[in-house]
Amino acid sequence: MAKTVNVFIDGHHLEVPETMTIIEAADKIGIYIPRLCYHPDLPPTGNCGVCVVEIAGNPTPKRACCTPVAEGMKIVTNSKKLRSYRKTVVEMILSNHDVTCPTCPANNKCELQSLANNLGVDSEALPNILVKTPADESSLSIIRDTNKCIGCGRCITVCNEVQTVYALTFAERGIDTHIDTAFSQGMANSPCVNCGQCTVYCPTGALHERSELDAVWEAILDPEKHVIVQEAPSIRVSLGEEFGMPLGSVTPKKMYAALRKIGFDSVMDTNFTADLTIMEEGTECVTKLKAGEKRPLITSCSPGWIKFMETYYPDLADCVSTAKSPMSMFGVLSKTYYAQEKGIDPAKIVSVAIMPCTAKKFEARRPELSDSGFQDTDYVLTTREFIRMIKEAGIDFANIPDEEPDEGMSFYTGAGTIFGATGGVMEAAIRSAYYLVTGTDLQNVDITAVRGLEGVKEASVDVPGFGKVNVAVAHGLSNARKVLDRVREGLATKGESPWHFIEIMACPGGCVGGGGQPYGNDIASRARRGLALYEEDRNLPVRMSHHNPEVLKVYEKFLGEPNSKLALKLLHTHYFKRSVFNGQVTAEITHKHG
Amino acid sequence: MKFYRSHILVSINETSLAAGVQEFITALRNELAKNDLAEEINILETGPLGFFGRGICLTVYPENINYEGVKIEDIPELVQEHFLKGRPVKRLMVGVTEKFSPKFNYENRIVLRNSGIIDPENIDDYIGAGGYVALEKALTNMQPNDIIAEVKKSGLKGRGGAAFPAGLKWSFTSALDVPQKYVVVNADEGEPGTFKDRLIMEGDPHQLLEGIILCARAVGASKAYIYIRGEYKLCIARLEKAIKQAYDYGILGKNIFDSGFDLDIELKIGAGAYVCGEETALIESLEGNRGTPRWKPPFPGVEGLWKAPTIVNNVETLANVPFIIAKGADEFLQYGTPDCPGTKVYTILGDVAYPGLCEVDMGTTLRTIINDYAGGMKKGFRFKAALVGGAAGVILPDRLLDVKMDFTSLNQYSAVLGSGAILVLNEHQSIVDLLWSILRFFRHESCGKCSPCKNGTQQLYQLISKIRKGNGTMEDVNLMLLIAETMQQTSFCALGQSPIMAVRSAIENFTDEFIEITKK
Repeated sequence: MAKTVNVFIDGHHLEVPETMTIIEAADKIGIYIPRLCYHPDLPPTGNCGVCVVEIAGNPTPKRACCTPVAEGMKIVTNSKKLRSYRKTVVEMILSNHDVTCPTCPANNKCELQSLANNLGVDSEALPNILVKTPADESSLSIIRDTNKCIGCGRCITVCNEVQTVYALTFAERGIDTHIDTAFSQGMANSPCVNCGQCTVYCPTGALHERSELDAVWEAILDPEKHVIVQEAPSIRVSLGEEFGMPLGSVTPKKMYAALRKIGFDSVMDTNFTADLTIMEEGTECVTKLKAGEKRPLITSCSPGWIKFMETYYPDLADCVSTAKSPMSMFGVLSKTYYAQEKGIDPAKIVSVAIMPCTAKKFEARRPELSDSGFQDTDYVLTTREFIRMIKEAGIDFANIPDEEPDEGMSFYTGAGTIFGATGGVMEAAIRSAYYLVTGTDLQNVDITAVRGLEGVKEASVDVPGFGKVNVAVAHGLSNARKVLDRVREGLATKGESPWHFIEIMACPGGCVGGGGQPYGNDIASRARRGLALYEEDRNLPVRMSHHNPEVLKVYEKFLGEPNSKLALKLLHTHYFKRSVFNGQVTAEITHKHG
Repeated sequence: MKFYRSHILVSINETSLAAGVQEFITALRNELAKNDLAEEINILETGPLGFFGRGICLTVYPENINYEGVKIEDIPELVQEHFLKGRPVKRLMVGVTEKFSPKFNYENRIVLRNSGIIDPENIDDYIGAGGYVALEKALTNMQPNDIIAEVKKSGLKGRGGAAFPAGLKWSFTSALDVPQKYVVVNADEGEPGTFKDRLIMEGDPHQLLEGIILCARAVGASKAYIYIRGEYKLCIARLEKAIKQAYDYGILGKNIFDSGFDLDIELKIGAGAYVCGEETALIESLEGNRGTPRWKPPFPGVEGLWKAPTIVNNVETLANVPFIIAKGADEFLQYGTPDCPGTKVYTILGDVAYPGLCEVDMGTTLRTIINDYAGGMKKGFRFKAALVGGAAGVILPDRLLDVKMDFTSLNQYSAVLGSGAILVLNEHQSIVDLLWSILRFFRHESCGKCSPCKNGTQQLYQLISKIRKGNGTMEDVNLMLLIAETMQQTSFCALGQSPIMAVRSAIENFTDEFIEITKK
């Protein structure tokens, strides 16, 4: 228990742990200190200078975000002088900012915009000092527009400390200081894994996804095209709050209705292929377990994690499940199984995915993901883009009547929907692996040990006829490193991994915390959205993937059985080794089955 | 020991090296040999001499004659006249006025007392001049706390600009019980117009080493780094040599003087960023990171280099310590003022007769420093203003010439002693130009970490450029004050907090110039 100290904020006495900063103490009692670069999820950088407060006995104000409280500290959070300084600081930031609010992707979500508005600053008080530079548009996933950057450093912190990807850094100095990739080679030529956490934490529109909205609208409005859409599990719990509903509202049927109203020809669901993934990956896992394999099986749904593995842990590539992600399984089936069933020329099918993820845009463009004979997935929209689409279509989302999805690739179980939260894939896999080994269903399907936001979660499951199965779950790539380093160590020293099965998600919180999620995607809202998925799981009639009737049907009518020759051809992939310097492929390291 | 009838002390420093002093010495040696004087007259290579003359400077003992700006062509005349006939060459001698003489400059020296007198590349010279006596005393007769008590009693304040009491700083770190602590010497002298640390290191590197060892012993550090400006090639060479000699003599390394105390010293070459003179940015740079400041608290004394408690002191601060320990704090207190004891090394440049350095008591007035130690104004010029403390300093007009130069007195005028640089301007110089130059410097040196400094330095530079071109208004002038004040109050580190001093003192002390230039 940390020692506590007595502080006085604007005359209010409070007793807080001495490890707290002033801003945390003020937040605790509801005193809002204006701020810009500070984010409660990240260690403070102290870069913006907006949160300054007066502390008795100090000649100059101090930053509330990084100054720790101390015994007897008397703090004033607002005064004539502080107001003047804050306004001038923000006016200086605006004088070096590309103020194009109406067309900016962050419009109405921009922390600089709302701060400037709240403080009543004059955006033309100071002469403009911005020297425009071209945006970095090299990446398939993320656009970096330095003209809108305020130098808060959140993207660097999240990239280097939370994700340990090390793609971004400060370059040059003084007014020329900007955030850059190594040697200004652009995001596409950096170790960037496209996770998009930088876009989530960016307070302005300096970092955002490469938008594919126009292309999707073009396809929808083209009568020749048959546009089929899938939505990731986390989307259904991330839309409501944007339209006045409570955070974490579970709205799959409003989502289907909106998609149909927008004009998609076929509204399906990624959750269906999440269940299919469990059949493929679960079978792979059981085969490995039965063979007494010493190397672990690691999940493969998260494209940020896959590129991270290819870059930093290529030696473990053979441990990663060859199963494609649910999105890519859906993509390939939409142009094979679905086209066949519906009698549509696959060349005319446009397969669109709505994902909480920026890395999915990169995944969709992977050349090897074209086993249908076409690029399996044509376009990927982030949650943010989808919200813009709903708004463009003028849909009153909160009040749109519920609709069912189209049939064929849309039925899902509780196991499929929890894919969107950290630990969900593991829980879903355990539910089915147990069945695949024992032939009976688990009595209690709630595997709570792998739920929640702890960085690394471990559990041990008793499987009759096999014994103990050790599993680990990591979310956020710095946590992934912890697990992978122990796997490496175990393999090197004892010849075996500490765990049989490992789930890794690139983003903290799992997909609900994805890089394509709505702005303001902090840890607290990720937790709320995760709980919403478990709530949906609890209320679904079927909660185990192997009981999904549409999944059983696709095996019966098209694929045969899990890990069949055709399943291996269409639903499985292989991996490459990438340079840690520029992220480019240097070698193919695993080979495709089937 | 060989006996010479005369010694020629040749100043080897960056200035004389640029003037070709190496070739000069060879030529002088040859000329002396040609005249059969090689056995009679000794040439001694020293650090900067007592006065700061131009080009190649010599002092001849025992006559104590000072020459400046001597060239190879002058050698035959010098040898013939001075060394054969005993008639000093008047035209090459340093000018002596009623108040100014190079000798006078020696009276109150502590850190420069050996400079120009001993061979800085020879440890025996330093020992012969009383060097390492303080260390021997500290390691054999004193406990670490006694060293701190003595430094505290001396009232020594940090000479890098912030004037924090050195003994107090040491006591915080010494109290911490951790396995690893560090001493870091800030030798990244970057304040424009300041080169005092360079001359201290060029003239007497062992004195700095002794100060470092004493500090490390006092706080319990086993490793010290000297973070030095990359441009200071001669300092680097001399410090490297000095460190090696100290190891050879058992003054550095394991079990120094059988006391059980170990210390290693390493040089780290800086890459030329002004901000790396800020102690936390310096530490970041030492760790191999981008040179940007860290938030304080925690202060480096508690959590510094690689998270270990770290004392960061300026060269001049540490160079004072051997004197304090050897002679005692009471002797040190004889110098300076009660509030700011000791001496201060100033570098004076601009329109004075003898630009250069001097070491004088704390509290000496600006007028005395300029008139007595720098020989007054350059002939034909009147004093207009002095920029005191470098770019992070203030511009003082003639009505403040009698201000006492110490940390406390200057505070009354919102001024700072800073690094001790004094730039003197004559009546034809433009304050607007000076301010433009200062603000251009800040714009170039801002590290870009925090928004008030990054954007503010650019705003100030653009505004002063506009005013300087005659396109500005008094509104622009007031805007500069607002921006600089906001920067002072909201910048992350001392760099962004500093431009207000030049901006405000220029505008307040020379308002008419700003009114005039914005009139059009």
